[in-house]
Amino acid sequence: MLMSTTRKLAFVLALAWIASALAPAQAESQGAATVMLPKYQQECAACHIAYPAGMLPRASWTHMMGSLDKHFGTDASLDEASVREIGGWLNANAGTYKRVAEAPPQDRITQSAWFIRKHRELDAPVWRLASVKSAANCAACHTQAAEGNFKESSLKFPAGLEARYRRFWSD
Amino acid sequence: MKNTYLLALATVVWLVTLGNGAAAATPAEQLAGYSAQSGAPAQPARGQQLFNAKHGKEWSCASCHTATPTVDGKHASTGKVISPLAPAFNPTSFTDPAKTEKWFRRNCNDVMGRVCTADEKADVLAWLLTLKR
Repeated sequence: MLMSTTRKLAFVLALAWIASALAPAQAESQGAATVMLPKYQQECAACHIAYPAGMLPRASWTHMMGSLDKHFGTDASLDEASVREIGGWLNANAGTYKRVAEAPPQDRITQSAWFIRKHRELDAPVWRLASVKSAANCAACHTQAAEGNFKESSLKFPAGLEARYRRFWSD
Repeated sequence: MKNTYLLALATVVWLVTLGNGAAAATPAEQLAGYSAQSGAPAQPARGQQLFNAKHGKEWSCASCHTATPTVDGKHASTGKVISPLAPAFNPTSFTDPAKTEKWFRRNCNDVMGRVCTADEKADVLAWLLTLKR
């Protein structure tokens, strides 16, 4: 009545175009949504999730890829070609912003200052729950960790989590 | 006589797969390969023993793969789910010789602190192949 059909259609199309333009931008701001190198996923997610490359600085990745036979207590050695390819990708996508500037102790993501701060309300017993096993097991609570999504909305309580920890869940 | 024939057959199969670049091979073919390398028939019972024993270090094969790997295992440190090892319960198990070798190299080092011999690999694979539905 007030707007012609053509104008309405133009308006709706404009909205749709804006929305589609915004969508990738939103994915960017979630941080860990870089496209993962298939080889990294294939070779480095057999024993644990494929940790986002941005969670460690270049120095950590380089050190890790150069000592795969002594990989946090196990032998994770790979053929040279794979090491080069994966190492190259990790270095190119390593974390560069402030909170990842410093290599954490033992190159452990879980020893990073930011990780400790984010999980500061969880005591040692939580990490030792049978359903969790270790802080390296992101997916125990972060259900979308394998897809690089660590948003609070996708958290779930691991089995055996005491009631008092559940209070801290949404901060 | 029969064993010699089988051994000869296994050797031929192994040589053929080597010639093909061994990009893909069935579990039986890989077993034939290891048996040919070891020069003796595989012993499943010995393979089961090896799999479940500790060898001077913290883990046994079973620590991650379970004592009878017809079900999902779990990584002893990370808790990550590991698909069943027994080929009858996992169609992708032991179908890529390069992958097989990679995991034997890593895991024998972790469990035993050394490389597994061809007859140890043959024994384990032979045992895994006995696990049927």
